[in-house]
Amino acid sequence: MNHAELTPRGAAATSFPTERRVRSVRRVVNIMPVLLGGTAMLGGCINVSAPDKPIVIELNINIRQEVIYRLANDANNTIEENADIF
Amino acid sequence: MDARKGMQTMKTSLKLAIAGAAAAMALGGVAGVALAQRDPAYEAARKSGAIGERTDGYLGVVGAETPELKRMVADLNIKRRAIYADKAQAANATLEEYSLTAGCIAISRTVPGEKYQAPDGTWQTRTAGAPMLDARCPKNLG
Repeated sequence: MNHAELTPRGAAATSFPTERRVRSVRRVVNIMPVLLGGTAMLGGCINVSAPDKPIVIELNINIRQEVIYRLANDANNTIEENADIF
Repeated sequence: MDARKGMQTMKTSLKLAIAGAAAAMALGGVAGVALAQRDPAYEAARKSGAIGERTDGYLGVVGAETPELKRMVADLNIKRRAIYADKAQAANATLEEYSLTAGCIAISRTVPGEKYQAPDGTWQTRTAGAPMLDARCPKNLG
């Protein structure tokens, strides 16, 4: 019996063992992108993306309000003392 | 000796009288400033809603701007600004901080029918209820 007749692909049977290994490695490499794409599409993924607007902390408002509270009595007296222009 | 003592008593009472008169005059002066009334034209313009209180502590012309209204508002605002600058410096605050505080109070002191500026910049007519004030205004006003 001929070696070539025992395998579905006759050419493969005649190839050297080293050549075969190279081909199997190549196959795995070809499958890799498909596997990676599959995991990325799964619903369980958490995507963290940066906000499109910069994060601004309005410290200014609190400082100003504190100042206004401090000045309120003074300003009230000023208005009463200058009733002709207020 | 007795005569001298009498003279001294008289002197003292005279001094007291002078001091009393001076104190009364000073008080009268202060009261005079405090009780100064608005100019009738200004009072009328406020009442009619032609001018209103802005959020920044100054007056603004609400409707059509006539030369008289413009001049009146500018004149009063210059006077206000001079006082704000003086008081702000004394209180170790900025002119803007002081005038904004005065704006809160001036708006809260408007009477129904007068105009004031809401925080969004629109002119509002004061009702019997509390006016719309800047979020930074003290909450116990009105």
